[in-house]
Amino acid sequence: MRCPQQRSMTKIYDLIIIGAGPAGITAAVYAARKRMDFCVISKDIGGQAAWSGNVENYTGYQFVTGPELAAKFEEHLRRYQIDLKEEQEVVSLKRRDKGVMAVRTDKAQYEARSVIIASGKRSKELGVPGEKEFKNRGVTYCATCDGPLFGGKDVAIVGGGNSALDAALQMTRIARRVYLINSFPQITGDAVMRDKIMAAPNVIVMNDARVLAITGDSFVNGLAIGHGGQENKIEVQGVFIEIGLVPNSGFAEEIVANDFGEVKVDCKNRTNIPGIFAAGDVTNVPEKQIIIAAGEGAKACLSAFRYLAQQK
Amino acid sequence: MAHTVLVYSTATCPYCIRLKQFLAENNIAYENFDVGADRAKADEMVKKSGQLGVPVIEIDGRIIVGFDRPRIKEALGLP
Repeated sequence: MRCPQQRSMTKIYDLIIIGAGPAGITAAVYAARKRMDFCVISKDIGGQAAWSGNVENYTGYQFVTGPELAAKFEEHLRRYQIDLKEEQEVVSLKRRDKGVMAVRTDKAQYEARSVIIASGKRSKELGVPGEKEFKNRGVTYCATCDGPLFGGKDVAIVGGGNSALDAALQMTRIARRVYLINSFPQITGDAVMRDKIMAAPNVIVMNDARVLAITGDSFVNGLAIGHGGQENKIEVQGVFIEIGLVPNSGFAEEIVANDFGEVKVDCKNRTNIPGIFAAGDVTNVPEKQIIIAAGEGAKACLSAFRYLAQQK
Repeated sequence: MAHTVLVYSTATCPYCIRLKQFLAENNIAYENFDVGADRAKADEMVKKSGQLGVPVIEIDGRIIVGFDRPRIKEALGLP
C-alpha cells in the first residue's frame, strides 16, 4: 500500500507511450515536437521492425534491412531529449479517478493523463513438447538473428504465411536443406515469395503437416511430424517457428479488444476508455505494416494532444 | 581497468548491433567474431555458452548470453 503523501509525489505526465516500435517511436517524435511532457516505456527499441529481413515498401527507402530501418527510427527518437524507460515491461494499465491513468511496470509505477498503447505483437508459440526445452538450443523465433548459425545444416521452418516464407528464403542461402512445414493445404504467403521458394533447389515443402514434437538431446536433432495420417520423423538441427503473432495487450484488461486480442480503435485511435489511445500492430487496424504502424502512431499522438487540450 | 571483451554475433541480429553500440558508447574495446561466417568460432560459442542464440559476450572469462544490459554493466564495472 502506498500512503497518500507518496501518491501525491508521483509525477503525472501528459502522456505515456507504451512501446517503442514504429508506432511508439513515431508517436514519441510527434509528442516531442508538440513539447508534451511524456515518457516512453518499452522492453526494447525498434519492435518487430528490428527483426524484419528486407524492407522494400517503406516510402523513401527502396531497400533497407529491418535493423537498419529500426536504427534510423531510434536515431530520430534520440534526437530529442526523451524520457525513455527502457527494459521495462508494462504489467497493468488502469484508469484512476479524475482522468488519471496508472501504468505499472515490472520495475515501477507511472501516471499520466493520457496513454498510447503501441506495444505491438510477439511471436506465437507452437505449444508442442520440446519447444521450450530447446529454445536457443536449435529452436528460434528470429531467422534474421540466428539464421547464420545454421550454415550447412538442415533446418525446418514452421508456418506457411509471409514471415515463414521470408525465413525460408533467408535460410535457402545459408542452410543445406530447408523443410517448410505448413499446416494448411497450401502456402498462404505472397505469390512472389512462394514462387521463389518453389524455385529454390534445397527446399522441401510439406503441406498439411503438423509438428507433433521437437526432439533432441543437448540440442535439437529432429521433428516428429503428422502428415497424411502418419507420423514421420525428419532430422534437422534448427527449427524456426514462424506461425504468426499475438498482440501484447494482456496488461490492458479494461480495454475492449477483438477476438484476436487486438485493441479496438476508431479512426482517431481512441479506445473504449477516454484518454487511452492505441496504434500499430497491437490494434485491430487492418494490415500490419511498418509504414502503417508509423502513420497510426502519428495519428494517435495528435489525437492524444487534442484530447488533452480539451481537458484543460 | 581494461577488460578482455569478446563478442560472438551475427551481422544481421538487432541485439548484436545494439550490444556493439552500447560497448562503443562506453568506450569498451572488444573483439568481434561473426559466428555466421566463422564456423570454428560458432562452435566455440556453443561450447562456452551451451546454447545457440546470439549475441554472446565474454567479459574477463565470464559468459553472458543476450544483450543483458544490467549483467554486462556489472561485469564491466559501469554505473
